[in-house]
Amino acid sequence: MTTWLRIFFIGGAVSFRALFAWIRPSVYIPTLVVGPTTQIIFFAYLGRTAHLESDDWFVVGNAVQSASLAALFGMGFAIDGERWTQTLSAVLATPASRAALFLGRSGPVLVNAAITAATGFVGAAIFLDFRMPWSSVPAILFLLLVASYSCTGLGMVTGAVGLRMRDVPILANFAMAVLLIFCGVNVPLDALPGWMSSIAQWLPVTHVIEAAREVATGAPLSAVRSDVTIELALGTGYLALGLFLIRFFEREGRRRGTLERA
Amino acid sequence: MRTLRLLAFGWLMHFRMLSQSWFDGFLAILWPLFFATVTFFMFRSGRGEAALEPVALGAAVMGVWTATSVSASSALQRERRMGTLELLVASPTNLAVVLLPVTLATSTIGLYCIVATLLWARFLFGIHVPIVHPLAFALGVVGIVVTIGSLGFLMAVAFVRSRRAWAIGAVTEYPIWLICGFLVPISAIEAARLVARDASLDAVSGLLAKEATIGIVYSGLGLGLIRYFELQGRRLATLERV
Repeated sequence: MTTWLRIFFIGGAVSFRALFAWIRPSVYIPTLVVGPTTQIIFFAYLGRTAHLESDDWFVVGNAVQSASLAALFGMGFAIDGERWTQTLSAVLATPASRAALFLGRSGPVLVNAAITAATGFVGAAIFLDFRMPWSSVPAILFLLLVASYSCTGLGMVTGAVGLRMRDVPILANFAMAVLLIFCGVNVPLDALPGWMSSIAQWLPVTHVIEAAREVATGAPLSAVRSDVTIELALGTGYLALGLFLIRFFEREGRRRGTLERA
Repeated sequence: MRTLRLLAFGWLMHFRMLSQSWFDGFLAILWPLFFATVTFFMFRSGRGEAALEPVALGAAVMGVWTATSVSASSALQRERRMGTLELLVASPTNLAVVLLPVTLATSTIGLYCIVATLLWARFLFGIHVPIVHPLAFALGVVGIVVTIGSLGFLMAVAFVRSRRAWAIGAVTEYPIWLICGFLVPISAIEAARLVARDASLDAVSGLLAKEATIGIVYSGLGLGLIRYFELQGRRLATLERV
């Protein structure tokens, strides 16, 4: 058990430090601090021009969705990064528990994703005069952690695919774009075609965005309990799927004698 | 004449290199389509179907900048990674003549995005953009490609000393869309819209002249910077500072 925990905590922290390619301020600040804010400002202005919703509606949607940026790329780096440092085979040859190994890597990614989403709110407060009741801030922070959890789960899935495919960043970009279109980030779900809003119910951030929009207007956390529960369940499902895929691709890699197919 | 030949062959070579990978080409087209789709849904549920025609043009042009921003800012990074940057800087050919075709080629890839977005708008959203004067419209599009290519050239040069230029390029995507694409349209986009709405070529010639001036200014700034960084690089014996 001690070994499991050591791999989970220390291994996770060391891996994040070593593999998160955007950790340098010269990359971190443009991509994870400035990036979410520019996305929020762009869509808020676009929303004004389209006469669609208020600035606050776009701020909450895009800030929460920006958690996916850090989570999807973070998990991609955490798994696929081993390929670039030529240590993937060595990692997969270790007898260490795969759950400890990869769940441990998801912890720092999750926290970083929540920080990224929070910077979006700060940016919106500075540039778009976004305000919410101070009493809602703890609940919003909790919801950002929930969003980061489900996005990290999805990141585990896309990262796992990295055991077979070399271009994980492309997959992460694709997944982010899908979330942007389907999950009610910038278009109300009832304005999307039925099949799109049905898919959205099974994707990360859809439910937590709805919850965050309510909480940002002063609703208590208890009022969005069902959304939070669904989001947590989705996140757990994606994490489990990701771990299963890691095991599956690892076994396939051993059987075929290669970890690259595409 | 020699410079023109270098520019033309450089553009052709880089354009062909960029077009080699069907996967990259597919992605270059697909990525702007995601944003175009969000935009069409937003405007359709906000201002209604009538507002979609100019939005389709704006969304189409967004793709040109998407194709240019990261590719251009990391153009020198690619050369650095391949170990050819020092050779290019040391060659007797002016570095600007070597680099400008690279960024022009990346923005030319944006032509695919324009066509793809207009087709996407037509067949999936039923948005028909009438092009009454195809020649004038084509001129407007060329203006967009050249000017955005020039801005890409300026970025490529400005970040010549940084190994992480791509990050700066990526972060310019939304701001440039915002200030140039939809809300405060650049003159070339405005030109394209005017043409599409049955204006004559004369009506847009002033706008195209402005566009050309902007392109020349960006290129001039890029030329100045490239000379400065080249001299600095030679003096400090390194092309990497960040």
